[in-house]
Amino acid sequence: MGLRNLIHCVLALTLGFVGLAMLYLELGAQFVGFTQILVYVGAVAILSVFAIMMTRSAGPNAEPALSASWISGLVVAGATFAVLAWAIISSNITTAASDQPEVSVKAIGNALMHNYAVPLEIMGLLLTAALIGAVIVAMPQEKAQ
Amino acid sequence: MSPLTGYLLLSAMIFSIGLAGALSRRNAILVLIGIELMLNAANLNFIAFCRYGPNPAALTGIMFTIFSIGIAAAEAAVGLGIILAVYRHTKNTDLDQMNSMKG
Amino acid sequence: MSAQTVDQVFVLTKAWLMGHVPAAFQPIASAVLSVVPVLLVFPLLFAITTVLERKGLGRMQNRYGPNRVGPYGFLQPMADGIKSLTKEDIIPRSADAVVHFLAPLLLVLASFLAYAVLPIGRNMVITDLNSGVLFFFAIGSMIELAVFMAGWSSRSKYSLLGAMRAVAQMISYEIPLVLSAIVVIMAAGTLSTVAIVNMQAVYTHWLPHWFVFTPWGFCGFILFMIAATAESNRSPFDLPEGESEIIAGYYIEYSGFKFALFFLGEYLGMFATSGLAITLFLGGWSSPFSFLTWIPSYIWFFGKLLAFIAAFIWVRGTFPRLRMDQLMGLAWKFMLPMTLLNVFDVGIWHLMPHGILRWIVCTAFLILPAYLLSRTLNRKQKLQVRTYRYAD
Repeated sequence: MGLRNLIHCVLALTLGFVGLAMLYLELGAQFVGFTQILVYVGAVAILSVFAIMMTRSAGPNAEPALSASWISGLVVAGATFAVLAWAIISSNITTAASDQPEVSVKAIGNALMHNYAVPLEIMGLLLTAALIGAVIVAMPQEKAQ
Repeated sequence: MSPLTGYLLLSAMIFSIGLAGALSRRNAILVLIGIELMLNAANLNFIAFCRYGPNPAALTGIMFTIFSIGIAAAEAAVGLGIILAVYRHTKNTDLDQMNSMKG
Repeated sequence: MSAQTVDQVFVLTKAWLMGHVPAAFQPIASAVLSVVPVLLVFPLLFAITTVLERKGLGRMQNRYGPNRVGPYGFLQPMADGIKSLTKEDIIPRSADAVVHFLAPLLLVLASFLAYAVLPIGRNMVITDLNSGVLFFFAIGSMIELAVFMAGWSSRSKYSLLGAMRAVAQMISYEIPLVLSAIVVIMAAGTLSTVAIVNMQAVYTHWLPHWFVFTPWGFCGFILFMIAATAESNRSPFDLPEGESEIIAGYYIEYSGFKFALFFLGEYLGMFATSGLAITLFLGGWSSPFSFLTWIPSYIWFFGKLLAFIAAFIWVRGTFPRLRMDQLMGLAWKFMLPMTLLNVFDVGIWHLMPHGILRWIVCTAFLILPAYLLSRTLNRKQKLQVRTYRYAD
C-alpha cells in the first residue's frame, strides 16, 4: 500500500490475491481458490486498472500520495493489529484432527442448491442490481441545457 | 503455535495493512483497494476455520467465502462507478478535497 | 507390441524412469517427468504452426509462403528463432522497466499453466484436479492481466489503446466462453477434465458419445470456438493486434526475444483453448469410431488439435476483420443469449426421456432463436458521432 505509482499498487494487490489463492489451495479449498483467481484477478483487478486509466490517476502526479491525516491512519491500523494479535495468541483454540478430506465441488453444489438456495438467489439479485447500478452511475449524462 | 494461529495472524496482518491503506492514502481508488484487502483477509479467516475448525462437514466457511467473493466484486464495481461519477464532477480523485456536501 | 503398449508407452516410460529415482525425490521427479514433455512438445508445435500458417495463408492469398529455408520452407522457424534471439532488446526510456519485463513472462507462464489439466492421452494428464475446468478459466483470466500490463508499461498511446481494446474484447468474450463450457459440465456432472473425457469414450454401435453430437453440444461447440478465437485475439477478432491498423497493438514496443515470447504465448493460448474444446466436446483422446481404437490415444488428440489449427488458419485467411463495435455487439447481443438458451437446452435434454422427441425439441429450441437473433442484429444501424470515453 505504500507504492507511489497507482498501477504498481494494483499489480501488488494482484500478487496478494494470487498468494491468497495459493493459501486457499493449501487449505484444501480448491473451488474457492480458483474462483478467487477468476473473480479477483480476472475482474476486480482489471476493473481497478480501467478506473485508474479513466480517472487519469496513472501519470506521475505532483501531489503527495498520503492523505493529510496519515499518521492517525497508521496508528489506528497498528492498534487494530495489536488487539487482534493479542486476542489470537492469548486464546486457546483447539484444532481438529490433521487430515481433512478435500471438499468436492459436488458437495459445494449440493449445499448451494439445498441449504443455501435462498442466499444464492439473493446473490443473483444483488449482482444484477450491482450491474445495473454501476452502469447507471457511471454512464455519462447528457447535458440538460 | 498451531497452523490455525498462524493463518489467523496472517489474516490479521493483511487486515491491518488494508486498513492502513484505506485510512491513509489520498486517492479514492486506493481506499477501495484497501477495502478489498480487508475483505480478503476475512475470507482467509473463514477458510482457515473451515479447515481446522470443529465442524468441517458443514462447509460453512467455504459457502461464506464464495458469497463474500461475489459481494466484494459487486461492491468494487459499484464503488468504482461512484468514483468515476465523482471524478466527472470534480475532476480529481483526491479525497482530502472532497469535504463538502454541496455539489 | 500390442496396441495397448503403444498407447501407454509414455506412461510406462515414466514409471520405468521413476523406478530409478530414490524415494526422497519421487514427487519432484514425477512432476518434472510429467511437465518436461509438455514443455517440449507444445513449443515445437508452435514452431511448426508458424510456418504452416504462413504457407497456408500464402496459398490462400495466391502466393507462396516462405520457401527459402529448408525443403519447402519448413525450417523457417529456425530462421525466425535466430532472428528474434539476436535482435537488440530495446526498452523505451519512459517505459516502466519492471512491468515491461514481467508482462511477457506472465503471459507465457499462464499459457503454459493451462496445459496442466488437459488429458493428452489415456492416463496422460499432468494433474487430475477436482475442479480442472475452473482452473483453466482462472488461468485464462490471468492472461488478460498480462496483456494489460504489456500495453500499459510501454507508455505509448498506441500500445495502451491496443491493450484497452484487447482487454475489453477478452473480458467480453470470457462470459460466452465459460457459459458454453458450463453445458458440458452440467451434462457430465463434474468439473474434472479426466472424468469428462472418460464419459465420452464409450461407444454405442461404433459411434462415440461425444458431446458434440448432441444439439446442445454442437451449439456449445460452435459458440466455444468463436469465443476461443476472440479470446486469443485471432482473426477475425484481431483488431487489438491488427497489423494494418495500429501496427502491432499492445506489443509494439517489444523487440527481439520478448516479442517472440508474446507470439509464443498467444499461440499457446490458442492451442490450450483448442485442447479444452477437444476435451469438452470432441471426446479428448478417444477415437471417433469404435473400430479405430487401436490407434494410440495421443495420436488422436494431436490429430484433432492439428485439425483445429488448420481450421484457425483457414478462418484467418477467409474472413475480414470485425470492427470493435461489431465485435462487442456479437458478444453481448448474440452469444450471451445463445449460451444462456443453450444452458436451458441441456436442462431440457436432461429431463426429457430418451428418444427422438428430445432431439427435435432441443434442436428447434436452439435454431429458432439463433435465426431470430441474427435477423435483428442485421438491421441497419445509424452511425453516431464518435465520442471519447474519458470520464470527463
